[in-house]
Amino acid sequence: MPAVSKGDGMRGLAVFISDIRNCKSKEAEIKRINKELANIRSKFKGDKALDGYSKKKYVCKLLFIFLLGHDIDFGHMEAVNLLSSNKYTEKQIGYLFISVLVNSNSDLIRLINNGIKNDLASRNPTHMNLSLHCIANVGSREMAEAFAADIPRILVAGDTMDSVKQSAALCLLRLNRTSPDLVPMGEWTARVVHLLNDQHLGVVTSATSLITTLAQKSPDDFKTSVSLAIARLSRIVTSASIDLQDYTYYFVAAPWLSVKLLRLLQCYPPPEDGALRGRLTECLETILNKAQEPPKSKKVQHSNAKNAVLFEAIALIIHHDSEPTLLVRACNQLGQFLQHRETNLRYLALESMCTLASSEFSHEAVKTHIETVINALKTERDVSVRQRAVDLLYAMCDRSNAKQIVAEMLSYLETADYSIREEIVLKVAVLAEKYAVDYTWYVDTILNLIRVAGDQVSEEVWYRVIQIVINRDDVQGYAAKTVFEALQAPACHENLVKVGGYILGEFGNLIAGDSRSSPLVQFKLLHSKFHLCSVPTRALLLSAYIKFINLFPEVKATIQEVLRSDSQLRNADVELQQRAVEYLRLSTIASTDILATVLEEMPPFPERESSILAKLKRRKGPGNQPGAEEARQERERERERERSLNGSAEHREGGAAASAKSSPSVDVLSVAALPTNRPRPVSSVSLMQTPFLASCAAPSSLSAGPMTSLYPSADLLGPTGSPPSTGGSLLVDVFSDSLQAGPAPLDLAPPNTAVSEDNFSRFICKNNGVLFENQLLQIGLKSEYRQNLGRIYVFFGNKTSNQFLDFSSTVNCPDLLKTKLNVHTKPADPTIDAGAQLQQILNIECLEDFTPAPVLDIQFRYGGTLQNFGVKLPVMLNKFFQPTEMEAQDFFQRWKQLGAPQQEVQKIFKAKHPMDTEVTKAKIMGFGTALLDGVDPNPTNFVGAGVIHTKNTQVGCLLRLEPNTQAQMYRLTLRTSRDTVSQRLSDLLSEQF
Amino acid sequence: MRFMLLFSRQGKLRLQKWYVPLGDQEKRRLGRELVQTILGRKAKMCSFLEWRDLKVVYKRYASLYFCCAIEEQDNELITLEVIHRYVELLDKYFGSVCELDIIFNFEKAYFILDEFLLGGEAQETSKKSVLKAIEQADQLTSTCYQQASPRITSPTCYEHA
Repeated sequence: MPAVSKGDGMRGLAVFISDIRNCKSKEAEIKRINKELANIRSKFKGDKALDGYSKKKYVCKLLFIFLLGHDIDFGHMEAVNLLSSNKYTEKQIGYLFISVLVNSNSDLIRLINNGIKNDLASRNPTHMNLSLHCIANVGSREMAEAFAADIPRILVAGDTMDSVKQSAALCLLRLNRTSPDLVPMGEWTARVVHLLNDQHLGVVTSATSLITTLAQKSPDDFKTSVSLAIARLSRIVTSASIDLQDYTYYFVAAPWLSVKLLRLLQCYPPPEDGALRGRLTECLETILNKAQEPPKSKKVQHSNAKNAVLFEAIALIIHHDSEPTLLVRACNQLGQFLQHRETNLRYLALESMCTLASSEFSHEAVKTHIETVINALKTERDVSVRQRAVDLLYAMCDRSNAKQIVAEMLSYLETADYSIREEIVLKVAVLAEKYAVDYTWYVDTILNLIRVAGDQVSEEVWYRVIQIVINRDDVQGYAAKTVFEALQAPACHENLVKVGGYILGEFGNLIAGDSRSSPLVQFKLLHSKFHLCSVPTRALLLSAYIKFINLFPEVKATIQEVLRSDSQLRNADVELQQRAVEYLRLSTIASTDILATVLEEMPPFPERESSILAKLKRRKGPGNQPGAEEARQERERERERERSLNGSAEHREGGAAASAKSSPSVDVLSVAALPTNRPRPVSSVSLMQTPFLASCAAPSSLSAGPMTSLYPSADLLGPTGSPPSTGGSLLVDVFSDSLQAGPAPLDLAPPNTAVSEDNFSRFICKNNGVLFENQLLQIGLKSEYRQNLGRIYVFFGNKTSNQFLDFSSTVNCPDLLKTKLNVHTKPADPTIDAGAQLQQILNIECLEDFTPAPVLDIQFRYGGTLQNFGVKLPVMLNKFFQPTEMEAQDFFQRWKQLGAPQQEVQKIFKAKHPMDTEVTKAKIMGFGTALLDGVDPNPTNFVGAGVIHTKNTQVGCLLRLEPNTQAQMYRLTLRTSRDTVSQRLSDLLSEQF
Repeated sequence: MRFMLLFSRQGKLRLQKWYVPLGDQEKRRLGRELVQTILGRKAKMCSFLEWRDLKVVYKRYASLYFCCAIEEQDNELITLEVIHRYVELLDKYFGSVCELDIIFNFEKAYFILDEFLLGGEAQETSKKSVLKAIEQADQLTSTCYQQASPRITSPTCYEHA
């Protein structure tokens, strides 16, 4: 017999709960629940009027069923009826049901509001409290409309009970958050502020939260709260620990209230009144002093409560940013916590110091802890703590320590968790650029980044290094030499090939004098990587080749031969084929002068904010506060300017890069430490106003001609707003000529309906993300699945500055799939505006287990050309998993039951990713099964269980994954009742590790 | 505070309280995701983590995890003590509370929480006051239907860390 509730037992409820707990399987549970639902339904529908107790019991059962995760579609009316019961517990259950289950747009809201109104007017404090709790819990607009005027009155009325005031205050807070426009300010506001003086600390606690919320919205109306809050705080921090009786928590006086008061004060600047300011400073000093006193208790609750107040005080000190002594004291205190044995305190100290680093008063003090923070990065066992250390290093970085910090981050990156790598990459890239004194260090750093974490180096990062190299002629020779050396590595990341291709294409001439890096050697080196690269990179390399033809006439024949080969001229990819045809033609018919003009060196990029910084700013996080960070940078520049006026030597070093920016150094060629350098061919006359590459940058610019863009992603590199070149120029003539002479490249192309499945496998263990992206379009997905049903939200983002016309997106199921999967698509709008996003919803029903994936066929017209391609939709069998929890005994019993040879599929394969336990766990759970702890006798193995739901049947699945870290291998075993399912799941999952 | 979840080591939700309006689907999805994240963490790890755009504070008591999602500017340590105070309240009310008490008396667990926190903010931090309010309510009804049933003694009781 189960435990029974205190006060009033509901025996039927207890029996039902224990029945549910005794269910051996999910199916049994559902059966029991359906039985109960039928029973309740019949009781509610029956002719016999139910007594209050039964009604309450059934409503409570429904609530329990809902909380188990099942949908409830009746009983609301009975719950509303309970509101008008005169028995307290019946009312209470009615309110609970409504708080949990009624969403704001329910049509019952008028009836509910009626019940609430009666209770609010009842003058019975317990009933008033129940109704106030309900308003605070639901917080709907209708409730705000009905009660926003009454509650302030209740709150400030002289005869309201304390407990009702507390509820009223927080109720008002909730309404103000959800519907601020409906909460009227009025004469009550002044009286609310005076609740800070209330005798009852509970009332003060609630009121402080309310006032803080209101003060954030209209600070002027609540200015008087500052002095009252300081007075209250002062009384608390100076009180003896027992004075506040039950509001003292483990020897700490009113910690909740203190934190709230300090939070309220952060809505305002430091008080102008000297005496008030002095009093506040005293409070803050007292709090800092207390941190140094020996603890009054060994309990963690004591130190947590005490430190909660301390951290909030430090937050206020940082917010004011005006008292150097307090700031430095705060910094020292946090410094002590950095080495505390409590992980929680180390975490918070790192987090808090991040904001301190942006204050000019404490920036230097924070920097003194650099070794401790670096040590934390190396030794902390918890990734979230290491993340804080990375943030802090980023925040404390300035010119004096940039090299050390960047080096430490780079070395951490080698072993860093995948979840935080991308962010570290961005941070390193930003710091390297911002604090580069000489740009050779910058180039080295970025190439190192690509070497260590190439996969996480986003486009922004490698675009940026190219922008900088193009803009700074003092580093071009060095960059060419360095990428050339880096490309020698037998296996280098594709991003390096991109950077290498671009830089050698532009500046390969600067190192061509050395026989070890002669034009032919450079070309062969680049071309040796060609076949390993993806289409965009190959396209970029082809452009580098045509640039080589211009730079080095002696390799022209070799390159033409490459371009002429079938693998280029008849390449299945239309972009590659087009480039090969056009470049070959261009190199054959254009004169040296024309070549030199068309393929002229890229012009400098306009100076603008680093796209990396912009990306980093978009990622939220305490380490990235751009405002504070920028403010400090600004002050630092100010100081630098002052120093430069004094003509100090430091400036010369620090400012070298800056001066190079404004006056390009003339001796570019001598920078590179190479024997001889070859001058680049100089064009005699500029044929076009805008250099060719820049004009090509906007994909629309040459829509008349066949050529779209030399560099596939050049729109991000070049100025986006460049004017389109108009017809009649020499260039277009050259191409139209080529069109007549050779076969039209578009005719050669196979029907362009290639199906992209690049990102398909990334979605096996997750439901959201970017599925497809090219220069024009980005497709993102959000999907949810429940049993055999799924819904996918597809987002089409137009990345261009032109409208897409005749847009259509349809789902195409291969014949094999049609009987197994139903996909319903709502037709999408036929246009997508420039820069806009379109959403399409797909509803999916799984009828039977399946293997092939549906394909999303996309068609639209852009700048006169019809785009048509397919993207494989990540709908796989495992999406219809429901996890199943079970004990070891059950697991092994079922495992044995599924012992037939065709039911088991086993696969042994090599690890493709580092073998990280946490990542593996996350993947198995993302795959859809429950991860079962303590089942496998070997704790390093992973065991999972789940049920695949299809309309026709359900298939139970058990899986076991055994990692062998020594051999870097896995063995994956799947057992299900159906051989096709075992095979499919094994194929899907084994790709993930 | 945005929401509070109580769940077992097996990932079963025992109590959920949402202080922001969200659809049922969304709640289930968030709950599932967060539960998996926390169960995937090791015992000695930090009690705080960044999760989506929120901060998560959690602590394990015996077989139950208590977990709060708070906002950027909220205080982590005081949230940890919000959890502890709630455990103390449950403990005092049920007398050595265990997971089963919360399963079988989930409605009481909600009532106690509402007295302590409202709208995601601490309403009454005094243990005495909260329990007084709850016991008064019990008294209002104990006259109605008192049914004596044996109480099981639970082997797993909350430790007071």
